[in-house]
Amino acid sequence: MEPLALLLARIQFGFTISFHIIFPALTIGLASYLAVLEGLWLRTGRKVYLDLYQFWIKVFAVAFGMGVVSGLVMAYQFGTNWSNFSRFAGGVTGPLLAYEVLTAFFLEAGFLGVMLFGRERVGPALHFVSTIAVAVGTLISATWILASNSWMQTPQGHEIIDGRVVPVDWFRVIFNPSFPYRLAHTVTAAYLATALMVGGAAAWHLLRGRDNTRVRTMLSMALWMLLAAAPLQAVIGDQHGLNTLEHQPAKLAAIEGHWERTPEGEGVPLKLFGWPDMQAEVTRYAVEIPRAGSLLLAHSWDGQIPALKDFAPEDRPNSTVVFWTFRTMVGLGVLMIALAFWGLWLRRGQRLYARKNFLRFAVALSPAGLVAILAGWYTTEIGRQPWIVYGLMRTADAVSPQHSTAQVGFTLALFVVVYLVVFGAGTAYGLRLIAKGPAGDEAERPAWGGPGETRTPMRPLSAAPEDDQAETDIRADAAKEGDRDGH
Amino acid sequence: MGIDLPLIWAVIILFGIMMYVVMDGFDLGIGILFPFVPAKEDRDVLMNTVAPVWDGNETWLVLGGAGLLAAFPLAYAVILSAFYLPLILMLVGLVFRGVAFEFRFKARAGKRRWWDHAFIGGSVTAAFFQGVTLGAFLNGMPVEGGNYAGGAFDWVSPFSLFTGVALVAAYALLGATWLVMKTEGRLQMRMRSLARPLAWLMLAVIIAISIWTPLAHEAIARRWFSLPNLLWFAPVPTLVALVTWRLLRELGGEGHASPFVLTLGLLFLGYTGLGISLWPNVIPPDISIWQAAGPPQSLGFALVGALLIIPVILMYTAWSYWVFRGKVRHGDGYH
Repeated sequence: MEPLALLLARIQFGFTISFHIIFPALTIGLASYLAVLEGLWLRTGRKVYLDLYQFWIKVFAVAFGMGVVSGLVMAYQFGTNWSNFSRFAGGVTGPLLAYEVLTAFFLEAGFLGVMLFGRERVGPALHFVSTIAVAVGTLISATWILASNSWMQTPQGHEIIDGRVVPVDWFRVIFNPSFPYRLAHTVTAAYLATALMVGGAAAWHLLRGRDNTRVRTMLSMALWMLLAAAPLQAVIGDQHGLNTLEHQPAKLAAIEGHWERTPEGEGVPLKLFGWPDMQAEVTRYAVEIPRAGSLLLAHSWDGQIPALKDFAPEDRPNSTVVFWTFRTMVGLGVLMIALAFWGLWLRRGQRLYARKNFLRFAVALSPAGLVAILAGWYTTEIGRQPWIVYGLMRTADAVSPQHSTAQVGFTLALFVVVYLVVFGAGTAYGLRLIAKGPAGDEAERPAWGGPGETRTPMRPLSAAPEDDQAETDIRADAAKEGDRDGH
Repeated sequence: MGIDLPLIWAVIILFGIMMYVVMDGFDLGIGILFPFVPAKEDRDVLMNTVAPVWDGNETWLVLGGAGLLAAFPLAYAVILSAFYLPLILMLVGLVFRGVAFEFRFKARAGKRRWWDHAFIGGSVTAAFFQGVTLGAFLNGMPVEGGNYAGGAFDWVSPFSLFTGVALVAAYALLGATWLVMKTEGRLQMRMRSLARPLAWLMLAVIIAISIWTPLAHEAIARRWFSLPNLLWFAPVPTLVALVTWRLLRELGGEGHASPFVLTLGLLFLGYTGLGISLWPNVIPPDISIWQAAGPPQSLGFALVGALLIIPVILMYTAWSYWVFRGKVRHGDGYH
């Protein structure tokens, strides 16, 4: 294998999986959201939940379709481009992937049809069961694929016999050290990404003056989810970091751009910003907080973390990249927490639905969950290099040896063109659906005022109640908004 | 314990691939037949006959890949490397037709034609390259030191190109007879009239492959034409003749579901024939399922799941088909 072909194969994998990972993240979150909506509808009988269901299921279907076809590519790419890896580790990754297909893909696919097209044919209870089956399927799928990925990061429970991995203890293979953290982190990220998208869509409609119960319910539910998941994610991420410190120290050193061990008792500073230079073995332009690194990473005043120079140069992951992908993820996470608590604060007196800066912030953060997922995924995958199976097999040895640069280059170019066309169009359709907003019976739109009710910007301002300061705020905002939008 | 794990896994994978060919076959066939059905409303009906189930159909292909990786990692590595280009072209085809299901209903009128073309092109491409891969697989591939040792274009041969076209024809026939079952009136008549020449074509293709394969491969010829075998296998061609004859009669008559069932039978017979020709090799011409098998710990672990779960999958898949039974009319669907 020529070095360029290896590079192209890695770019191809990174490219195809970057597209792929977006869609399962959205379908995991949306499927659970849809199950909650349908459950609430069956319980309360409030039509708003059904309207939202009918709205988001269309976005879900688009995302699901794209997830299926891009996932199909992934299932075959392990063999086409990474045949040495498949032969070496297939004994572990194969059965895990097979279980994913058997327990998750079929479940999702089998009940998706009923979920999308079967409401008139099966009745509400069975339809609800189908929605739940799809939602559970997405979670089962995440469990298996993360078991497989985590095993590649922190392998255990196997022996190497005749140059290939032989599983000896499946329990240890699946419940490998990083699996619980990775699973919790990824599923929470999927919920966060979906909440941000749903909330951002609602905020966008509110900013355009389309205020009704459906849009409000969307925003409110999304913000509750965000409030629960965003701080939780910070805790899970912290625990995941401790796990990485223990099992993949080189990755952690690269994330921190930490080159030299600090003397005993001094504590490790936290580099907020900087530019890790792999050649010169220093982090340039570093902005540091003394001892904060020890506190954050080792949870002690003078805890040590491993340094990049502890590892041979050929065993170091690229610090320049993971330093920044990690900070992108954490930075966005901080913004998500800020949005969640700002939203909580604004709930007093219904200001949530009218404070424009808040709504603009929510719109701006709507893709943040997906960006953070990609950044986090780059951090963990590039941070694992140069290993494909940590400590067992190098990425350079995993690639299919027989493909020429021309062959891999051709298929890479093909995927780039096809993906940009297909998923570009899909994103456009998804955004167009979201821009249309949830349809409903406009007659149900109640008059202005009262908790949980809609306000109608078109109504004369004199009709607004005068007794509530918060309502007056809304009225002022609504007046401005109304002027701009010509209501 | 004398459980032959590789053997059981070979049966499971063969079953999975057969399920794929049978099920995705007819929905790929719909894409292949699209050019013959120009009206938008008719095309919507065609799509809606499979929209609720196509995704499950395609999952059998993923099971084939995952099962191969789990049970025969060597075969997975060699076969996917050997057929790198046709498989990736097949995947690209499946990408286009897969998203077309959602996109064409959400596209504006002007763009919809574009997704119609993507659906047609994707279906034909996927079917053709599946057939090419099948033909090239029959031809066998060189292996050295556990790696594919041939060139990037070894899969191109007159035989493999022929099997590519043959599979397009087979899927078209499956699609046409499926639509005879799922549609009514003028559209159904159109499908009946399309299915008849396709059935003849299918018969011709089966005969051609049956002659071509033993001529090209001495081992396959020996298997079929040595004496006890010949008697065992004689029912295959006999049944092919019978089923085709019956299919042509049903297409001329009133049968709604029977042409589809008979076509499935025909496909199953062809598939059996291929299985007989290749057995027990997972990498033709000479690496057997036992030589390519993964560690028994892997096969055993995955087998538990497969044996417990596949029956459940078949049950809810059947249920889902049952939910969407009956004819599809203009205006059906959720869009």
